[in-house]
Amino acid sequence: MFGGIDPALLIASLMVASVPILLAATGELVVEKAGVLNLGVEGMMIMGAVCGFITAVVTGSPALGFLGGAAGGAGLSLLFALLTQVMQANQVASGLALTLFGLGLSSLLGQGYVGIKPPHTGAVPFGPLADIPFFGRVIFGHDPLVYLSVLAVAAVWIFLRNARGGLILRAVGESHDAAHALGYKVRRIRVLAILFGGAMAGLGGAYISLVRVPQWTDGITAGAGWIALAIVVFASWRPWRVLLGAWLFGGITVLQLNLQAAGSGIPVEYLSMSPYLITILVLVIMSSGRGRAALNAPASLGQNFHAAR
Amino acid sequence: MLKLEKRPSPSVFWGRATPVLAVALTMMAGSLMFAALGKNPFEAIRTIFWDPLFGEFAWYLRGQLLVKAGPLILIAVGLSLGFRAGIWNIGAEGQYIMGAICGAAVGLAAYPTESRLIFPVMVLAGAFGGWVWAMIPAILKTRFNTNEILVSLMLVYVAETVLAMASTGFLRNPDGAGFPGSRNFSSYPAAANPELIAGTGLHWGGVAALGAVVAAYVLLQRHILGFQIKLAGQAPRAARFAGVSPNRLVVMCLGIAGALAGLAGMFEVTGPAGQISIDFNSNYGFTAIIVAFLGRLNPVGILFAGLLMALTYIGGEMASTNLGLPSAAIQAFQGMLLFFLLACDLLTNFRIVPARKEVR
Repeated sequence: MFGGIDPALLIASLMVASVPILLAATGELVVEKAGVLNLGVEGMMIMGAVCGFITAVVTGSPALGFLGGAAGGAGLSLLFALLTQVMQANQVASGLALTLFGLGLSSLLGQGYVGIKPPHTGAVPFGPLADIPFFGRVIFGHDPLVYLSVLAVAAVWIFLRNARGGLILRAVGESHDAAHALGYKVRRIRVLAILFGGAMAGLGGAYISLVRVPQWTDGITAGAGWIALAIVVFASWRPWRVLLGAWLFGGITVLQLNLQAAGSGIPVEYLSMSPYLITILVLVIMSSGRGRAALNAPASLGQNFHAAR
Repeated sequence: MLKLEKRPSPSVFWGRATPVLAVALTMMAGSLMFAALGKNPFEAIRTIFWDPLFGEFAWYLRGQLLVKAGPLILIAVGLSLGFRAGIWNIGAEGQYIMGAICGAAVGLAAYPTESRLIFPVMVLAGAFGGWVWAMIPAILKTRFNTNEILVSLMLVYVAETVLAMASTGFLRNPDGAGFPGSRNFSSYPAAANPELIAGTGLHWGGVAALGAVVAAYVLLQRHILGFQIKLAGQAPRAARFAGVSPNRLVVMCLGIAGALAGLAGMFEVTGPAGQISIDFNSNYGFTAIIVAFLGRLNPVGILFAGLLMALTYIGGEMASTNLGLPSAAIQAFQGMLLFFLLACDLLTNFRIVPARKEVR
C-alpha cells in the first residue's frame, strides 16, 4: 500500500501541509491562554488567504502577500475584539459570526482573482546543506514560512513559560478577577492576544492560498481553522504539543492525498473525510474521562470580563 | 467618558428593539458596502427588501419567500433550544444533508411503487437521518466530554463527502446517462413534496416549520423540559441543584435540532431542490444560526427572522440578476447582520451611563 510513496518526500510535504494549521493553532493557543475563546479562526484564516493572495498578486511579492494576509486576519479579529471585549457579546456566537462574515467577505473580495497564479514563494537557500541525502530534502528544502512557524511555536513557548508578559497573560486567562485586582489591564491584554491570534490565522490562511494550493477559490480553507481549534484542545494548551498535533494532521492530510494519487483500493471519499473523522477521534481520546482542569484548559476560558469597579 | 453598568435583569424593551435596530444598522452598513462595489445603494436596498414583496414580480417572489423561509425556520427553531441551554450545535448543515439523503434513499428504494405510505415513511426517515447525525456529537459529549461545537462542525464536512458519494454513487439515477444526481422526485408523485396551494410556495416543509414554531413555543412556556432548558442557560449552577441532568438536556436539544434539520433537508430535496445532487445544500444550516439569534432564540421571533432572512436570499438573487451585485455580497450582508445583532445586545444587558469621577 505504501509502495509508491517516498518517505523523505512524505515527511517534507507533511511539514509543508501542517504550516497553516500550525500557525493558526499557535495563535489560537495564545488567545485561549488569555481566556478568550475565538471560534472565528476559520473566518480569519480565509480572510488572510484572500488578502494575502490579492496583496501578493498586486505587488508581485510573496513577502508582502504574507504581511497582507496577517493584516487581513488581524483586521477581522479586531471586530471580534470589539464585540467581545467592548460590547460584551457572547464569545461563541461572536466567533461564529466572524466565520460566517469572513466566508462571505472573502468570496466577495476574491471575485476578480479566481484562476490567477500567485508569485512563487522560493525556498530558503541553504546552499550545500540541501544536498545532504534524506535530511537535505526533509529539513533544508523549505520556504521561510515553514521555519517561521516552528520558530513561532518556540517563541510562544518561551514567552508563556519565562517572560513576564506571558505570566501576566496566563494570569488573565486563569482568573481575570484576580488579574484585575492586581492592576493588570485585562481587556487590553485580551485585545492584544486576539490581534496576535488573528494575525497568525491570517498568515496561515495566506500560506494556503500562496503556497499550498496555490490559487484562490471560494472556501479555500475547507475547515482548516476548525481543525486548528481542535488541535489546541488536543495539545492540552501546550505549545509543543500543538506542533505535534499539527504534524500529525499534516501527515494524515498528505498521506490521504498520496493514497488518492497512488490509487489504493480505498475509495477517494473515505480518504478525503479521514482528516475530519480522525480529528473527532483524537478529540474523544483527549477529552474522555477527564475534566476541564485535567485537560489544562485556562479557567476563565470563554468568560467575558466586566469590571464592577 | 461613558461606562457600562450591568442591568439587574435584561431590558425587555431593548430585547425587542435590538433586532430592529440591528437590521437598520445592517442596511446602513450594507449600503456602504454596495456603494463601495459601485452600485447605487438605495436601488440595491430597494431591490433586496422592497421589490420581492411589492415590486413587479411580487406575485411569484412572495411564494418563493415561504420556500426559503421554511427550512430556515425549521432548523433555527431546533438550534434555538440548544443555544438557550448553552449547547452549541453548529453542524445543522450536516444534519440537514443527512436527513435529505436518508429521506431520499427511502423514497428511491420504493421507486416506482405508488403508495400513500411512502411519503410519511420518507418524512420519518429524514428526521431519523438528522437525529442520528446529531446523536454523534451528543453521545460523544455525554460519554466522553468531547466539545460538541467541533464535533458537530467536523461532521458537516463528513456529510458533504457522503452527499458526494450519494449523488455520484449509491443514489445516482440509473437512467441518468451517468450524470451525477438522483432521480427527480417531481416525476415520482408518491414521494414528491409539491406546492400545497398553488402560488403560495407553501409545501409540507412550511407546514412543518409552522408546527415546529408552535410546538417550541408550548415547550418553552408550558413544559418542564422548556423550563429546564431556560434554567440551564441562565443559571447552570441553579439547574444542577434543581436536579436538571445536563446529559439529558444535551441529548434532547441536539436530538430535536438534528431531527428538525433532517426534516428540513428531506422536504427540500423532495420539493424545491427535486433531487439529490452534489451541491443541493445551500448553507441553510449555517444561515439558520443567524436566524436563531435574530429571532432572539424565541420561536415567534424566529418565524419573523426566518421570513426576513428569506427575503435577503430572494432579494439578493434579484439584485444579482438585475444589478449585477455579486451573490457573495449577500452572504457578507447576512454575516454583518449577526455582528450588529450581537453588538446591539449590549443595550439589553447593560446601561450606558456617564462615568463620574469618584472621590478617592
